[in-house]
Amino acid sequence: MLDTIGVADINALFDEIPDALRGASLDRLPDGLPEQAISRLMRERAAADETGLCFLGAGAYRHHIPAAVWELTTRGEYYSAYTPYQAEASQGTLQLLYEYQSMMAGLTAMEVSNASLYDGASALAEAVLMAVRANRKARERRVLLADTLHPVYRQVVEAIVANQGIELEAIPAAEADGALDADSADGFGDVAAVVVQQPNFFGRLESVDALTDLAHAAGALLIAVVNPVSLALLKPPGMWGARGADIACGEGQPLGIPLSSGGPYFGFLCTRKAHVRQVPGRIIGRTVDLEGRSGYTLTLQAREQHIRRSKATSNICTNQGLMVTAATIHMAMLGGEGLRQVALACHHNTARLTAALTELPGVETVHEGPFFHERVIRMPGPAGPILDRLADRGLLGGYDLGGHSPQHRDQVLVCATEVITAEDIRHYAATLGAVLEELHHGQ
Amino acid sequence: MSEVPSDLRYTATHEWARLEEDGTVTVGITDHAQESLGDLVFVETPAVDSIVQAGEGCAVVESVKAASDIYAPVDGVIVDSNSRLTEEPELVNGDPYGEGWIMRIRPEDPDSLEELMDGDDYEHMITEEEEPD
Amino acid sequence: MGNDALIFEQGSPGRRATAQAPGHLPAPDGIPAAFLRQEAPGLPEVSELQVVRHYTRLSQRNFSIDTHFYPLGSCTMKYNPRASNSLALLPGFLDRHPWAPTRCGQGFMACLWELQDMLAEVTGLAGVSLTPMAGAQGEFAGVAMIRAYHRARNDDARTEILVPDAAHGTNPATAVMCGFRVREIPTDSDGDVDMQALREAVGPATAGIMLTNPSTLGVFERRISEMADVVHQAGGLLYYDGANLNAILGKVRPGDMGFDVIHINLHKTFSTPHGGGGPGAGAIGVGERLLPFMPLPVVGRDESGEYHWVTEADRPRSIGRLSAFMGNAGVLLRAYVYARMLGREGMSRVAEFATLNANYLMTRLRQEGFQVWFRNRRASHEFIISFRREAREHGITAMDVAKRLLDYGYHAPTAYFPLLVPECLLIEPTETETREELDGFVAAMVAIRQEGIDDIDRLKGAPYAMPVRRLDEVRAARELDLAWRPGDNRTTDTSTATRRAK
Repeated sequence: MLDTIGVADINALFDEIPDALRGASLDRLPDGLPEQAISRLMRERAAADETGLCFLGAGAYRHHIPAAVWELTTRGEYYSAYTPYQAEASQGTLQLLYEYQSMMAGLTAMEVSNASLYDGASALAEAVLMAVRANRKARERRVLLADTLHPVYRQVVEAIVANQGIELEAIPAAEADGALDADSADGFGDVAAVVVQQPNFFGRLESVDALTDLAHAAGALLIAVVNPVSLALLKPPGMWGARGADIACGEGQPLGIPLSSGGPYFGFLCTRKAHVRQVPGRIIGRTVDLEGRSGYTLTLQAREQHIRRSKATSNICTNQGLMVTAATIHMAMLGGEGLRQVALACHHNTARLTAALTELPGVETVHEGPFFHERVIRMPGPAGPILDRLADRGLLGGYDLGGHSPQHRDQVLVCATEVITAEDIRHYAATLGAVLEELHHGQ
Repeated sequence: MSEVPSDLRYTATHEWARLEEDGTVTVGITDHAQESLGDLVFVETPAVDSIVQAGEGCAVVESVKAASDIYAPVDGVIVDSNSRLTEEPELVNGDPYGEGWIMRIRPEDPDSLEELMDGDDYEHMITEEEEPD
Repeated sequence: MGNDALIFEQGSPGRRATAQAPGHLPAPDGIPAAFLRQEAPGLPEVSELQVVRHYTRLSQRNFSIDTHFYPLGSCTMKYNPRASNSLALLPGFLDRHPWAPTRCGQGFMACLWELQDMLAEVTGLAGVSLTPMAGAQGEFAGVAMIRAYHRARNDDARTEILVPDAAHGTNPATAVMCGFRVREIPTDSDGDVDMQALREAVGPATAGIMLTNPSTLGVFERRISEMADVVHQAGGLLYYDGANLNAILGKVRPGDMGFDVIHINLHKTFSTPHGGGGPGAGAIGVGERLLPFMPLPVVGRDESGEYHWVTEADRPRSIGRLSAFMGNAGVLLRAYVYARMLGREGMSRVAEFATLNANYLMTRLRQEGFQVWFRNRRASHEFIISFRREAREHGITAMDVAKRLLDYGYHAPTAYFPLLVPECLLIEPTETETREELDGFVAAMVAIRQEGIDDIDRLKGAPYAMPVRRLDEVRAARELDLAWRPGDNRTTDTSTATRRAK
């Protein structure tokens, strides 16, 4: 090959790189490992990370994933394909993405879906940017975020829209209620968009009908942040209020994506047809070929960075194709009724869990009112040490709300999905009882 | 070779402009422009009553492979836009100087049209562009 | 290719994958009816076997690295080692909740910490953050850091980002997302950035410049040190778009070239899967002065060797968080496995063989009479050929060749990018292809050109052997059909019956 090129050795191929720049020693790089050695190392590390029973939620949820989902998803034809720019050679991925868009549109009761974004939090940031672009009537670039929104989502929105001259303000929540008070809100003023999460960060259900109507009365677009599993049971954003939400987005992880320390997951974003040209990211359309057969292709590409450059709707190039492959297969496998049963099982389990835990002295629920599959409980003292002791016993007892606001340091957000059994719940209650006893006696 | 009517005025960015009897200026894109863009799939027209400055992007035409801004040829106020294009963007391809018009501007100074190219200048410009190198 | 009906169209009311159903639970008490869904969501009603068969068949309608040579320029479609995947999918990693305490994650965090360190070393930078979830998000983080840096110095006059005209579209799009104006710098006839134009463009408004090196034109920017001096002297910072890092991995480091901040496409250079369009991972690396601004979280290690999350409390000037948790964590594990398998020697071997394959393929195509665009330059890991002459003489366009290559069993190279070169194909063979595969590709290119000379109309009709012929993209964009709805007509596939009968 070197002879064909006409050079003496492989180093000659780098002769356009100035000598002064070359020759770093790379001392900190280790020697290469054969597959068997790296396998052993990774197995040891993975084993060290194994956790037992987990009652954590707060934005990522452990669900059963049918075995077929990842068997199919990791087929090389999905796993090692690129973005479907050559449509004729990518009909598999393209049709699958069209099916995904159809499923998400059905689940959210919205008209269109994109082919996914990075994760739930960044999808919300993109939704905020999109709403400000789409709402041409709004005089102010002001966006209201519910106080009951996931606090990390708020941080991500702040980081991503920071340099766009968008003002982010909070809609306060009633502390005792853990939800927004739609009755006492006397209008939202002049805003471009309002962000409401359902169920909210604390698992409480918001009065989404009233909030949506309030937002529309203020001339704002309503952005719904939703859990896709909950939508099999709860009223979908497209049906909220008199006119429905304008954008629905959220974290796709509950649809067949493993927890995997936080990623890769995927974000979804659905909207009305009227706003489709403001949507960030990829969109697949159905069309016909030269012979009149149905086929699928990327469409509306002129919105995207590779064509529109500095005027693109976003700088996004990729979606989370492989994650969406899994989610599509997962949804097909469960169907609407299967997904509804999962939602119900989660909800019943969390109700049973909180009932069992609040039988312990000093443990109580914090909010009344309807919730879905996640609830805040108050411990008889600071949650941190209690959760630590539970972890010592191989049990992750929930999310410590004190991490985001010190006044909530005795509060824990707990979640029991469908994978939790009655025995698991009894075990948690018994273990917590023992831990509280220990702490009570100062051990 | 694309059509360049001699009674219109032209910009370097391939808009045409026609002074109407009521003093307004009708604006569209040239035959040459629609040809090089290919089949249009979407036209975003400007809001009526918005104030525009010459050279300011105020509409967008989109084909499968490209999206281009349409620049106002003169300073003025948008008094009308072609709402048919929302449903029938192909009008721009079929009849760029007629039914495919994009917007109507009431110019601040009707004489400013004189600063634009005439048909000969524009034809000269696009012929140069097309010269193979 | 079998039945290509949508999964929705294969269902029957009430049909379910019974093994996947958790039971028949009653409606929940405690949730008032106003909060509940009234109509079913319209998901498929199919059996488990139907699902498995449908998505297996769909997969067979894809080209992929595992099935085809995929020389897509600027995308680095090299083999994704299976070990990277299976080791990232070990249960201990897969089942770990993102909020699990760090003591139940020391194995995972050790991998991330070492990956940070290896990437810093191989790029010559002071620190690495792994959170950006794609190249474009890495770019966003990098440019946002540049903005934060100038702002921290009260240097608010720096409102412009310089971008070469050959750059990827993400560069200008990112600069605008970060609130900057974009100023394009032209390229000279040898493919280098026009130095004179650069000198004239820099000034007190310059926040920074975004560069890819080797550039999108497939050649190394030879005067990079001089450019770095010009931009630094004007007070700007240099951003390195790591799209083409595969070409120089272990050979020359962006930090040594004078770059202040970079992103690395782990899905290219570190061979994590492209997955039909993601998930990617766009780790960023920074020099000393941008360390305080890195996006969070980052993995830290204390003196006892224990790993922890570096958070806002440690880095109050961080640009913040770009994802809810730790970016595309599982992708990072795959990159880690790949990096450890390569090691020190392996990293520079990547650049060597990627460059060898590209130069070999370029030479072979030139010998066959194809027009290599920068003929007196060394190819990096990719190169451009132009069909300008074939288009003029025979009507053979780059698009025609791209489509016909599919029939020959080769994925098409990148077509019509970079925008500066007419009728171009950007070809990147990568280091994992054999010489035989490259020779086969050359033979296909020669055969296709001959077909076009003999019968241009037949070439214009390609592809013929794919599940569909060329698609009507104008119709797709004009008559938007973006989702199936319950009650929709069956897929308009008039030819299915005839094809089945064949």
